[in-house]
Amino acid sequence: MKLYEYQAKEFFSKHGIKIPKSKLATDVNEVEEIAKELGKVVLKSQVLVGGRGKAGGILKAQDVSEAVEKAKELFGKDIKGFRVEKILVEEMLDIEREMYVGITLDRANKGIVIILSSVGGMDIEEIAIKHPDKISKKVVSPVWGLRDYQIRELLYESGMPKEYFKEVSSIIKKLYEIFVKYEAELTEINPLVVTRSGEILAADGRLNIDDNALYRQKEMAERRELAGSKLEIEAEEKGINYVKLDGNIGVIANGAGMSMSTMDLIYLEGGKPANFLDIGGGASAELVETSINLITSDPSVRVVFINIFGGITRCDVVAEGLIKAFNKIKIDIPVVLRLAGTNEEEGKEMIAEFMKSSDVKLYMVDTMEEGAKKAVELSGGV
Amino acid sequence: MAIIIDENTKAIVQGITGYQGSFHAKRMLDYGTNIVGGVTPGKGGMEVHGIPVFNTVKEAVEETSANASVIFVPPAFASDAVFEAVDSGIEVVVCITEGIPVHDELKLYWKVREKNAVLIGPNCPGIISPGKSHLGIMPYEIFKEGSVGIVSRSGTLTYQIAYNLTNFGIGQSTVVGIGGDRIIGSDFIDILKKFEKDDQTEIVVLVGEIGGADEENAAEFIASEMSKPVVGYIAGITAPPGKRMGHAGAIIEGGKGTAESKIKALEKAGVRVGRTPFEVAEIVRDLYKK
Repeated sequence: MKLYEYQAKEFFSKHGIKIPKSKLATDVNEVEEIAKELGKVVLKSQVLVGGRGKAGGILKAQDVSEAVEKAKELFGKDIKGFRVEKILVEEMLDIEREMYVGITLDRANKGIVIILSSVGGMDIEEIAIKHPDKISKKVVSPVWGLRDYQIRELLYESGMPKEYFKEVSSIIKKLYEIFVKYEAELTEINPLVVTRSGEILAADGRLNIDDNALYRQKEMAERRELAGSKLEIEAEEKGINYVKLDGNIGVIANGAGMSMSTMDLIYLEGGKPANFLDIGGGASAELVETSINLITSDPSVRVVFINIFGGITRCDVVAEGLIKAFNKIKIDIPVVLRLAGTNEEEGKEMIAEFMKSSDVKLYMVDTMEEGAKKAVELSGGV
Repeated sequence: MAIIIDENTKAIVQGITGYQGSFHAKRMLDYGTNIVGGVTPGKGGMEVHGIPVFNTVKEAVEETSANASVIFVPPAFASDAVFEAVDSGIEVVVCITEGIPVHDELKLYWKVREKNAVLIGPNCPGIISPGKSHLGIMPYEIFKEGSVGIVSRSGTLTYQIAYNLTNFGIGQSTVVGIGGDRIIGSDFIDILKKFEKDDQTEIVVLVGEIGGADEENAAEFIASEMSKPVVGYIAGITAPPGKRMGHAGAIIEGGKGTAESKIKALEKAGVRVGRTPFEVAEIVRDLYKK
């Protein structure tokens, strides 16, 4: 799960990392009250997407009336597909210098990687390209933890000015503590700013927690808000792996690899998938039914391609779910179906029997390649 | 020969009394896998499909001299089950469980290495050496004994490709589903090394997907160390950045881990990459004809 900036900063602050004065507002009146208190402010839209500054999601205000005016502009605005409903109103800082510190998982080395840069304010890829000499990385063993010498190496190798050593070193330690304690996948302070008065503050913050750990990270789980499109949220609530895409062919498959491969085949045939939907392993008839409902409630879907290779998943159970769905809701669009693997014969027989008395436009195919071709043909192009 | 498991493998099933554990223990037995025991704390003394159940792995190993274990334990307890297995002397651990917290997986990885054991998974379909042994949940009916080694991050795609090969009359030496999580016990290179040394394996199929750089690293290894031909497939050409595509590990982050970069790296290393699972099987068939 991704935390909002204001939530991430709450945890930073709790662990002794200094943050600017700020308060969360959910309407214009609240913004006005907070601006009266803080003076010059920055209005930061709270959306779970990177690059919001460039997308117009961060606005500066010199006084209260400007804050109100900007808040009106910001509330309800669409930032990269996310609607602004909360604004963090923060004191405007007098910035001397921007830096970067981030911690994430290192897949290749099976460790935790700490990245420090003595410059900041842009994304880390950009820093790496523009200022490779200002950036330093260390892989930390998840067994032995972060050692002091590694922090020293980070400080020296990033070209960090000596006067910041003590404070930055303490911030790295605290951030690492947060990363481990809350089982984060990523945490980042960008920028970590030095103000003209010499204070070092986390001016922005990211904290992403491993979903698989939420059962024991109660404090985080409580803060969870599902984000994404309406259908994505609905799918997540029902435990279905669903991602909305911008094409017109609805895809249902079993297994992540098979689902991705089915999307790719559609693309190779010249079509465009409308979504990724993985029913997982050993799906129940109910789950199949729910998946069909979900896909067909997306108005951009012109044809559905169901691609099942049963292992743990049983084709007869999939057929049962499909028939239930077809009986309950009227599906006008064509459905291409490929059933193979465990209990294939039983599943195919059930479908054949059902089709005798149904007007669903169902096309049975033998292979996934054939199915993709058929689906693209029926979609009538992109 | 085969890699990792063969007819001499003696396995236990951790979580054998559970729904999945019991069902798949039966299937593995039916396939001819030498399952010698099961472990469920508190259920020692029971029998499942005629197999004795023990309270601890230590006890199971002492009584049966098992050297492998398949884990069907819920995510909250799976990490502990792997620790228990390797600390009890188990050499090959196959962890089927999906949804293990990644910080647990980091520790698991190093624990298994410390003990010089082999971990397959987590979040994987297991491993099969057709005709010899199967540890996992694969639909074993579609496999056939032969000389193609398969290593894959995706369960269902493995089945699809093996099925296509079998339909062409081409069998497999060992098929390894390494799993879809970010931190896994054995990666492509670990398995490729074993296939390179295995006298039964003539051609290797590598099935990858978006996320991470394991395929790119594998490509470097193939270019410098592999003498056997490798055929590749990468899923997720159309996957959008920043979205997890079902697997915890299948995500394009910071512009890295795209299918395109993986295909490019593999092709540069001399790997022939199929555009569809069917094409992968065709390429393998053509290689045999030569």
